[in-house]
Amino acid sequence: MSRFILRRVLYSLVTLFILSATIFVIVRLTGDPLALMAEASARPEDLDRIRHQWGLDRSWPVQYATFMQNAFKGELGKSFNYRLPVSELYFQRLPNSLTLGIAATLISLLIGVPAGIISAVKVNTWWDYVAKGVALLGLSIPGFWLGLVLILVFSVWLRWLPTSGAGDWRHVVMPALALGWYFAASMLRLTRSSMLEVLGSEYIKLARLKGLPDVVVIAMHAFKNALIPVFTLAGVNLVVMVNAAVIIEVIFAWPGIGRLLYEGIFQRDFPLVQGVVIMAGFMIVAINLVVDILYAFIDPRIRLTR
Amino acid sequence: MATLAGERPLARTRGRSLLAAAREAPLAAVVILGGLALVALLADVIAPHDPTLPVAGGGVFDPPFWMEGGRVTTLLGTDFQGRDILSRLLHGSRVSLIVGLMGTLVAGSIGTALGILAGYVGGWVDQVIMRVTDAWLALPAIVFAIFLAAMVGPSMWNIIVILGAVYWTRYARVIRGEVLTLREREFVKLAEIAGASRWRVIKRHILPNVMNTATVLASLTVGVVIIAEASLSFLGVGVPPPQPAWGLMLSEARPTLMAGQWWLTVFPGVCILLIVLATQLFGDWLRVRLDPQSRNL
Repeated sequence: MSRFILRRVLYSLVTLFILSATIFVIVRLTGDPLALMAEASARPEDLDRIRHQWGLDRSWPVQYATFMQNAFKGELGKSFNYRLPVSELYFQRLPNSLTLGIAATLISLLIGVPAGIISAVKVNTWWDYVAKGVALLGLSIPGFWLGLVLILVFSVWLRWLPTSGAGDWRHVVMPALALGWYFAASMLRLTRSSMLEVLGSEYIKLARLKGLPDVVVIAMHAFKNALIPVFTLAGVNLVVMVNAAVIIEVIFAWPGIGRLLYEGIFQRDFPLVQGVVIMAGFMIVAINLVVDILYAFIDPRIRLTR
Repeated sequence: MATLAGERPLARTRGRSLLAAAREAPLAAVVILGGLALVALLADVIAPHDPTLPVAGGGVFDPPFWMEGGRVTTLLGTDFQGRDILSRLLHGSRVSLIVGLMGTLVAGSIGTALGILAGYVGGWVDQVIMRVTDAWLALPAIVFAIFLAAMVGPSMWNIIVILGAVYWTRYARVIRGEVLTLREREFVKLAEIAGASRWRVIKRHILPNVMNTATVLASLTVGVVIIAEASLSFLGVGVPPPQPAWGLMLSEARPTLMAGQWWLTVFPGVCILLIVLATQLFGDWLRVRLDPQSRNL
């Protein structure tokens, strides 16, 4: 077991190294950030001074080593635009993204799990076909377009909900629905196939043979086991949503990490972009590592395979 | 999804079975995709107006023809520059189809090649490829795509390369898994014993056997790539104006969304929805068709 954990941790570190180095190089390949940052009238010696101040006159490997050294201390560099540490900006925005992500996860679970269970229990009936249709629409409707349509219906026509910003729960409803919609479809599909698999297993057949009523079999025996992968996916999805909600956060002017990234990109604030992207990678690598280790605890077979 | 190499039809019978298959393909998907392909090809002929210029004699924000103030010359209304929405939608199908197909092709080629290499060669090659795949998977694809697009600059061909460079990971993982089992199969072992070179084994025995899986993955990637292109164009890092693209049209409609000009937002979105829905339906059918093991799922 400890060998398994060690190997996983090692893999995660390698993954993070490749990812951060790739991001680092791409950012530097696409031109001199100072050319975009400084005014056209700036004197060459001023540019050199600024370059030196930001450490941009050193070689890439040195810059990368310094960056990683600081990153392990929790420092991701300083934003050009805000003149603040990137980590400070990131953690300022993180609670907002978490709120949105949690709300979207709840919505995806509330839609996906019951629909998935019904569709598995009543397989090949019209319940199942409706659920399949919903899943198909979930994967086909672009989340950001759903957001725009929600604004049109609930803000412009009905005037029930505010269009943008963060405040009370009414600000969260539309972005969470637009964000959670796609994930609801994947929850539905996973719940359905997971339930079908469990319902076909020997111990469920035994429970039925014992004469237990259907409700007990489904609620007590099948449900519990079928939901392990579903909740795992929900956890992973939450981390993804916190980091990947760029377009939804832009539409609803939600002050989260996604919009921080968007602002960074348009202001050519490359320490900020680099920091936010690498943080996203770090969080996702971390959650995957946790999931892998938890699963290895639950299922010994995983420890033995590569 | 196929992770095991089941019994596959022989190459000789494939032509005939494809013909039979065409007859049972989902009608809705074929009609939508075929129609769109036709529209994209003939956009210059059937579009009533130039998609990049204001309609002569028309106003800005004209509603669709059935509403008050709408005109029959601009059936679906006009946008903020007085351009015809219908013409822009018709021309926009080109961007979605080209980016969807080409982006998928690029992603599929990179992923399939790397997957075969990792699975067949094994050893440190496998290690390197799979660690890079892990690193790529660690970033949400759309964040990676936005990041790359912002760094490289907007153009349709850049977007194709970027989306290809982002969405190859799934192919690499799945196809590597298939190749690992194929490698142990007798026909591969026999070919190796008979002295076939690695390249020949890959070309004659491995590649034809993973093509089904690659095709199924491709059919599921097209929709994702189309939505990703629309998202990038919406954010202003995709297809640059004045080129008509559905995502860009949504982005241009956004500043006036609050004014209730719904046709600017609804029509391009419905187009994206339809094309993605059609590719999903087609992909689902193709998966069942090419992989009998997933039929009961």
